[in-house]
Amino acid sequence: MSIDDGHATSPSANPDGVGTTGAVRHHLLSVLVENRPGVLTRVAGLFARRGYNIHSLAVAPTEDPAVSRISMVVDVASSPLPQMMMQLDKLINVLEISELSPAMAVEREVLLATVGAGPDALGELDEALAGFDSRVLDSDDSAVTVSVLGTPEQIDDAEVLLAAFGLLAVQRSGRVALSTLSAQD
Amino acid sequence: MQLNGGQALIKALELEGVEVIFGLPGGAILPVYDPIIDSPIRHVLVRHEQGAGHMAEGYAHATGRPGVAMVTSGPAATNIVTPLCDAYMDSIPMVMITGQVPTTALGTDAFQECDTTGITMPVTKHNFLVTSAADIPRVIREAFHIATTGRPGPVLVDIPKDIVDPKNPKSAMEWYWPETVDLPGYNPRTTGDPAAIRHAAELIMAAERPVIYAGGGILKARAAEVLLELAEMTDIRVVTTLMARGAFPDDHPLCLGMPGMHGNFTAITAMQRSDLLIALGSRFDDRVTGKLDGFAPDAKVIHVDIDPAELGKVRRPDAGIAGDCRLVIEELVEALRELGAPDALTDSTDWKSTISGWQETHPLAYVPSEPGDLLKPQYVLEQLRELCPDDTIVASGVGQHQMWTSQYWKFNHPYTWVNSGGLGTMGFAVPAAIGAKVGRPDRMVWAVDGDGCFQMTAQELVTAAAERIPVKIAILNNAYLGMVRQWQEMFYEERYSEVYLSPDLPDYKMWAEAMGCVGMRVESPEEVGPAIEKANAINDRPVVIDFRTDASEKVFPMVAAGANNDEVMTDERTQPALDIPRRRP
Ligand SMILES: Cc1ncc(C[n+]2csc(CCOP(=O)(O)OP(=O)(O)O)c2C)c(N)n1
Ligand SMILES: [Mg+2]
Repeated sequence: MSIDDGHATSPSANPDGVGTTGAVRHHLLSVLVENRPGVLTRVAGLFARRGYNIHSLAVAPTEDPAVSRISMVVDVASSPLPQMMMQLDKLINVLEISELSPAMAVEREVLLATVGAGPDALGELDEALAGFDSRVLDSDDSAVTVSVLGTPEQIDDAEVLLAAFGLLAVQRSGRVALSTLSAQD
Repeated sequence: MQLNGGQALIKALELEGVEVIFGLPGGAILPVYDPIIDSPIRHVLVRHEQGAGHMAEGYAHATGRPGVAMVTSGPAATNIVTPLCDAYMDSIPMVMITGQVPTTALGTDAFQECDTTGITMPVTKHNFLVTSAADIPRVIREAFHIATTGRPGPVLVDIPKDIVDPKNPKSAMEWYWPETVDLPGYNPRTTGDPAAIRHAAELIMAAERPVIYAGGGILKARAAEVLLELAEMTDIRVVTTLMARGAFPDDHPLCLGMPGMHGNFTAITAMQRSDLLIALGSRFDDRVTGKLDGFAPDAKVIHVDIDPAELGKVRRPDAGIAGDCRLVIEELVEALRELGAPDALTDSTDWKSTISGWQETHPLAYVPSEPGDLLKPQYVLEQLRELCPDDTIVASGVGQHQMWTSQYWKFNHPYTWVNSGGLGTMGFAVPAAIGAKVGRPDRMVWAVDGDGCFQMTAQELVTAAAERIPVKIAILNNAYLGMVRQWQEMFYEERYSEVYLSPDLPDYKMWAEAMGCVGMRVESPEEVGPAIEKANAINDRPVVIDFRTDASEKVFPMVAAGANNDEVMTDERTQPALDIPRRRP
């Protein structure tokens, strides 16, 4: 009864949890939490303890400064996801959780990228990013920092294009999302 | 009214109805210990903070009220992590107050600073770091609310010294007491969904081989009476898990006793063969289910739990009902009546006689000792049970002695079993028994402990002697870490590695006496009864009896870890040919 034998049979022991990747495992959660110290640790800890990775995370206060919205993309397979959401819901500081399916959500992500491109490559860079909502934020003799705003897929595409110029530094914001208006009512 | 934070804390505890705090002071919590002198709240000074935590748990187990413990920062806070985790695993309501370095020193690696809320986050239902004296009444109110409602659990409140220290202006606050609790993210649901309850009732009406699988939630929900009503109305057999011993009387004809790894054959097998498991406040723990995909393969499942996250966590229910067990069972009984129960219930005569057959062929049994041999632990427990009042509270440690106690003690009353189930904490028994006795001074309280466990927390008997808390301890001294020895014997080819403890180092009788207890040693069967009677007659101090028991005795029945529950191993000496019934065709 009391000896740890490594034979726990509960499926929440996450047999398929760690290591396997692939887009299907990514789920976007929108979590409303009380805006207080330590809340993010509680949320993140719940995933970490079960060996699940948080792929991206964006947190900021909402229209109500006492409430923050966490938009998080988590690497959790579909079967344990409802259990994770139930466990999240047990956190006292968590107010509301929903999983946003791409069809029912508007999503944006920001990419900041510094590429190794001198002034002479600026034109080429401009051309490459023509179809994107992008701008140049900074530049010097050997490098340019651009921002791109778009859907996560557009940001993936932009990152690939920019890689051709030699990526020196990349920061993605992580997805932010809201339910579509039709899904809200 | 102007108070300082320390006064406010004690006043808040008084208003929460706290009658006793288990604790030990130190630098960071010192200012809170000063107003305790003037408070009607009793303080029990422990010898190790772990003891304070387990005492608070024992108190909560026995009374249903939240246990309260208070310790200082740093090493004291780390010492209470085990009881917090224990209480978390077993859903014990508890409020733990820890001192912390002043807010101005947080994060500076100050003397005895430790990230207490960080460390305890995964082992508490919730915790608070209070940073302003004005928050103290509100936080204490919230802490008790969270600890005692929904699925109960431990809540920790970490209090920096400056906000309680009257010499510090930061401790000044205007007293208030919040009438209500405002926790927007916390709304435990207590009443079950009527449609799901109706569906559950239909499943019960149709079942041919139903079993009630009662868990610790029955006790938490004070649902023992309605459980009895449900079982008697439907004539359905009841198993009581390790956490639910006493939730349904063992002497009731419908009671099948404990299932699980060391459960009895009938309880295990009735679940295996059942076509409907009615899980009430139980959580399909791996020690109950064995190999999950072989567990109760033909059973539909009704699962009632206050914690919605338990529904489907391990086994998908056919009817999952989130709610308080007492309220839901009441509704279920009502729904069954509406469907014509008991008259319209499906006939299950065959099932009942099959179960009675198992009970006859597979009773709990052991081989009595031969003259001159060491005592059989089972014999000691039988004697103890016989010689103690029916409503005696019994606590246990963790190991073989725990399983034997659960098996051989006849639990006929709720709240008489104080035990560490989910965490399996060696050393639980002595402090938990003390806490139980503080909460129920009217009851006789015994702890059945192992020699290994006893050595982990025995120092609390000094506390018990000093505070005149007359608990009684039966050490089943087999000179081994017996449960581990059993596994090494059975699964590691009798290669015994680091499990021998020696029967008389320490000398338990002398040790007991040194701690202000009466100490006895019992070696032969005829001495067992008289020693227990002598212990039962002592009411002014703790008693310790060192029972010298047979180390070769193993706990049976047993389902090996990870094995299918169809594979119940029994003691060959008592049950030579086991005819295990397989799945029905
Ligand atoms: C704190 C802790 N450490 C280790 C264990 C692993 N363990 C489980 S039972 C056991 C042996 C207990 O020995 P004892 O108290 O003498 O009881 P017995 O099994 O002999 O009755 C051990 C070491 C545990 N459950 N708890
Ligand atoms: Mg032992």
